[in-house]
Amino acid sequence: MKRLFLMLALAGTLAAQTGSVLRFCLRADPKTFDPQLVEDDNSEAVRYLTGGVLLRVNRVSQQLAPELATSWKVDRQGRRITFHLRRGVTFSDGTPFSAADVAFTMTRLMDPKTHSATADPFRSSNEPPQVSVISPDTVSITFAAAVSGLDRLFDQVAILSAHSARKLSAVLGPFQVTDYKPGVELVLGRNPNYWKVDAKGRRLPYADQLVLQIQQNRDLELARFRRGEVDLINALDPEVFEALAHDAPASVTDAGASLESEMMWFNQAPGAPIPAYKKSWFQSQAFRRAVSEAMNRADIARIAFRGHAQPAEGPISPANRFWFNTALKPHPFDVVSASRRLQSDGFQKRGNRLYDRQGHPVEFSIMTNAGNRTRERIAAMIQQDLTAVGIQVNVVTLDFPSLIERMTQTFQYEACLLGLTNLDLDPSTQMNVWVSSAANHQWNPNQKTPATPWEAEIDRLMQRQAAEVRPEDRKRLFDHVQQIVWEQEPFIYIVNKNSLMAFSPQLLNTAPAAVAPQSYWNVEYLQRRTQMAGGR
Amino acid sequence: MPRWGMRLARQLGALAVTVILGGILTAEMVRHSPGFDADERLTDARLNAESRAAIQAEREVNSAIVPFYIRHIAGMLRGDWGVSQSLRTPVRELIRMRMPVTAEIMLAGVAGGWLLAFVLALSTVHYPPWGRAAGILSIALLSVPVAALAVLIFAARGPVPGIMALILFPRLFDHLRNLLAEAYAQPHVVTARAMGVGPVPVLIRHVLPICRAQLLALAGVSVSMAFGAAIPVETLCDLPGIGQLAWKAAMARDLPVIVTLTLLITVLTQAANAVSDWADTRREGQA
Amino acid sequence: MTLRRAFAITVLTLVVLASVGAGFVPGFSYAEQHREFISSGPSAHFPLGTDDLGRDRLARLLSATRVSLLLAAAAGVAALILAVVAGGTAGYWGGWWDVLVTRAIDLLLSLPWLFLLLAARALLPLNVAPLTALVVTYALLAALGWAAPARVVRAGVRSFRESEFVLRARAEGATEFRILLRHVVPNLRPILLAQFWTSIPVFVLTEANLGFLGLSAGEPFPTWGSLLRELQNPLLVRPEAFATVGAIALSVLCFKLISPKGGLPV
Repeated sequence: MKRLFLMLALAGTLAAQTGSVLRFCLRADPKTFDPQLVEDDNSEAVRYLTGGVLLRVNRVSQQLAPELATSWKVDRQGRRITFHLRRGVTFSDGTPFSAADVAFTMTRLMDPKTHSATADPFRSSNEPPQVSVISPDTVSITFAAAVSGLDRLFDQVAILSAHSARKLSAVLGPFQVTDYKPGVELVLGRNPNYWKVDAKGRRLPYADQLVLQIQQNRDLELARFRRGEVDLINALDPEVFEALAHDAPASVTDAGASLESEMMWFNQAPGAPIPAYKKSWFQSQAFRRAVSEAMNRADIARIAFRGHAQPAEGPISPANRFWFNTALKPHPFDVVSASRRLQSDGFQKRGNRLYDRQGHPVEFSIMTNAGNRTRERIAAMIQQDLTAVGIQVNVVTLDFPSLIERMTQTFQYEACLLGLTNLDLDPSTQMNVWVSSAANHQWNPNQKTPATPWEAEIDRLMQRQAAEVRPEDRKRLFDHVQQIVWEQEPFIYIVNKNSLMAFSPQLLNTAPAAVAPQSYWNVEYLQRRTQMAGGR
Repeated sequence: MPRWGMRLARQLGALAVTVILGGILTAEMVRHSPGFDADERLTDARLNAESRAAIQAEREVNSAIVPFYIRHIAGMLRGDWGVSQSLRTPVRELIRMRMPVTAEIMLAGVAGGWLLAFVLALSTVHYPPWGRAAGILSIALLSVPVAALAVLIFAARGPVPGIMALILFPRLFDHLRNLLAEAYAQPHVVTARAMGVGPVPVLIRHVLPICRAQLLALAGVSVSMAFGAAIPVETLCDLPGIGQLAWKAAMARDLPVIVTLTLLITVLTQAANAVSDWADTRREGQA
Repeated sequence: MTLRRAFAITVLTLVVLASVGAGFVPGFSYAEQHREFISSGPSAHFPLGTDDLGRDRLARLLSATRVSLLLAAAAGVAALILAVVAGGTAGYWGGWWDVLVTRAIDLLLSLPWLFLLLAARALLPLNVAPLTALVVTYALLAALGWAAPARVVRAGVRSFRESEFVLRARAEGATEFRILLRHVVPNLRPILLAQFWTSIPVFVLTEANLGFLGLSAGEPFPTWGSLLRELQNPLLVRPEAFATVGAIALSVLCFKLISPKGGLPV
C-alpha cells in the first residue's frame, strides 16, 4: 500500500514536471508589477493572470461572479459594499487570506498619493473610504459619496497580502511570476495554493506554466504561431486572420464585435489655432451629420477590416450587451442626403468642390497615428468618400506622442481619427469623456460651462446616472446620452472591430470572448492536448 | 610633456568638448521635439484631474534643459545614469542588460558584412562576371526594407545577426570594389602580378597599403552604420538590445535614456574614428 | 558608347517617360479606389494588380517613380556635394579646419536626428501639399546624409594630398583650390560614384521608415517609400508588391551602368 502511494505520488510529481506550458506573446514589457499602478495593456495582462480579485466579470456572460468573495451587497445609496470572503484561502506563499488583506489593499489603493486608473474610478469624493474589518471573513467599505457601478470595479482590484514577507510577489491568482528576462520573456508558474478547483474537484490551473514572450512584431508572432512556438494570439490583425484562415481555418476565431471602435471627431475647441471659418463648419451639426452620411462604413468594414468589423452606431458596442442602446442603428451611407444637409447649411457645390457661405473651399486635414496600416486605410477611404460631396480631405499621419500633444495640449489639428477601447463595460468609467468640463471631452475639453445645450444635457444625464444605484435606471439615462451622441455626432463612430483570435489546435477548453482578455480570460482551464491524462 | 602626450591631451579635450556638446544638443532637440510634453496615459478617461496633474508634473521635472543636463552629467560622473521615465528602470541597468545583445549583433553584422563585401569585391577584381552578379545582389539588398528582410530570414529560421550583415554588405561592397579595382590597376601592382607574385602577397603588400586610409575610414564609419542599422533590426526583430532601447526611448521622448545613449554613442563613434585617424597618421609618418 | 551603357540609358529614359507620361493618360489614376478589386492579381485592366484599397499598382508605381527617382537622386547629389566640400577641404587643408569638420562629422553621426525630422514635420502646416512634405523630408535627409561619405572623402583626399601629381601641379603654380577641384576630387570618382549609387536606395528606405512616423507624403500620394511599406510582411503580400523593389534596383543599376568608371590619378 505504501509502495502504491509512493508510486502515485511519484506519478503526480512526474505529471507536474511534464505538465503543460502555454506560450503567448505580450506586445511589450509590462511597465509595472504593482497591480495597483497598472496603466498599460501588458501590465494589465500580468495582473489578470496573477491577481486574485473579490469579484470577476465573466467575459462571456458579462455577469459579475463571485471569486474570493462568496457574496457581496451594495447598499441602497451605492456608498457601501460588504463582502463575505471565501474561507481557507492562502496566498501563493502560504500566508492566509483574510479581511485584513482586503482592508490593506483598499487603504493602499485609496492613498491620495496613489494615482492610477484602477484607483480613480473609486474616488467619488476627496475623502478616503472607511474600511471596516467586521470579522476575518467579512469586510465592509464605505465611500463618502456613491460610486457608480461599485461592485464591478472590483474586477480590477487584485488583493495584496498585508502580512506576507514577499509583499507584491505573494498572489491569489492562478499564476505567479517566477522569472523575468526584460525584453525576452516573462515566466509565470502555477500558484500551488490557488483556491479554485474544477467541477471534478481537480485543483486549477491545468497548465503548469505560462511563458509570455515579449514580441512587438506581429509578423514574427504569426511566424512563431505557424511554427507552433506560440499557443494563442490574443488580438489578430484582419489580414493576418485571413492568411491563417486560408492555411489553418480551425485555428482562427472571429468572436464577433469587440468593445473597440474606430471613430473620428472634429476639433471644436474655441481656442484651437485653426481658421474661424473651419471652426464654424465643425461646430455645425448638419456638417458633421453630412460627413457621417457620406462615409461608406460598410466598405470600410469590408476592405479595411477584411469584413471583420461592423458599422458602428455609437459609443457603446453591441458586444456590451447590457449598455448598448438597441434602438440605435448605424448612420446610413447616403451621399444625396449628405449633400442636401450641406446645402441646407449654406454650403454650395461648384464643379467637384464644395464651398461654404463665404466662398472658402471645404478642405480639412484628418490626423491619425502613423504606422497603423488599418487606420491609414480608413483615412484614405474617408478621403475618397468625401470627394463625392466635394470635400477635400488631407490625411496626415503623425507619430503617437506628436498626435497626443496636438490632441490634448496645443489643439493644433482639425479632425482626428483614432480608436477607442472600452476596457470596462460600465460607462461610468467614461465620465471624463462625456462631461463637458473634463479633459477627455475630446472635441472641446475643459469647458467652464457647456458650450451647447446638448452638451449641458449630457452633463446632467451623466451626473444623474452616476448617482443612481439601480442598473435599470442608469441604463435608461445612458441610453438617452447615446441617443444625443447619435444625433449630434461629436464623435463620428465608424466601425466596431471584431474580436479576432488564433488558437493552436493543441489547446483545450478555449472559450473566445468579446471582452479582453478575449482569448485567455479562462486561463485556469486552458491546457495542451499533450498533457498527461492523470496529471491532476 | 612629450609630443604624443600633448597630442593625446588635445584629442581627449576635443573628445570631451564634442561629447558634452552632443549631449546638450540632443537634450535641446528632444526637449523641443513635438510630443515631449505629451503622455499617452492622459488619454485614459478613468484618470481624475489630480492624477492627470501628477502625470504632467512628472513630465515637467526635466523641462528645464540646462539644469537637467548639469544634474545628469554630474550624476553620470558619480555612476548614476538616471532613471528611464518610460521604463521606470535605472538607465545604467538597462544599458548593462542590453549591451551584450547589441554587441553580438553589431560584431556579427560588421564582421559578416565586411567579410561578404570584401570577399565579393575581391572576387570581382579577379572574376568580373561575379562582379556583375554581386553588384545586382548588392542593389537588390539595398532596395528591400529591413522589415521584409527580417521576416524572410526569421521565417527561414536564419540567424538574426545575419540580417545586419546583409544590411551592411551592400553599403560597403561598392566602395570596396571600386577601391580594390583602382588599387589593382596601379602600375606597380600590375607589375608585381606580371612578375608572378602570388595573389595573397600582392593583396597584403601592395594593394591594401594603397587603400588603407580609405579602408580605415570606411571601417570607422561602418561602426556608426552598424549602430544605425541595429536600431531597426532590433526593433523589428524584437531583440532587447541598445538599438531597441534607443527606439523606445525616442518614441517615449525619454530624455535621460536618450541623452545617456547619445553620450555613449558619441564616445564610441569618436573612438572608432580616432583609431582610424591614428592609423592613417602613423602610415603618413612612416611614409 | 558601350552596349551596356546604351541599354541603361534607353531603359532609364523609358522609365522616366513612362512615369511622366502616366500622369497624362486619362483614367490612369494612382488615387482611385476600385473597391470591387481589392488586392487582386495582374489582369488586362491592372497589369500589376491592385493594392489593399483597390488602387492600380502600376499607376502608383509609375507616379512614385516620377517623384522618388528625382528626389532621391537629387538628395544623393546634394549630400555628395556637401560631403566633398566638407570632407575634401578638411582632408586637404588639415589644421584647425580639419579638426572642426571632423568633430562636426562625429557629432552628426552620433546625434538622434529623428527629433529634428519630427520637429520639421511639426513646423509644416497640416494641410501642406504632399509633394512639399516629401521635398522637405529629402532635403533634410541630404542635409544629414553627408557625414558618413565626408569621412571617406576626407581620408581619400588626405591620401592624395602629397601625391606626385599634386606636387607637380603646385610646382606649376596652380592654386590650392584649383588643385583640389581639378586634380584631387576627380580621383575620388570611384568613392563618390559608389556613394551616389548606394545613397538612392538608402534614402528611399529611410523615407519608407520615416513614413512609420508620419514623415512622408500623405495619402494617397505614392512614393517608393510608401509602396515599400506594403512589404512589411512579405509573407502576406502578393508577389506583384515586390515590383517596387525591382523598380528601385533597376534604376540604380541603370545609374551605375551610365556612370563613367573611375580612372587613374591625373
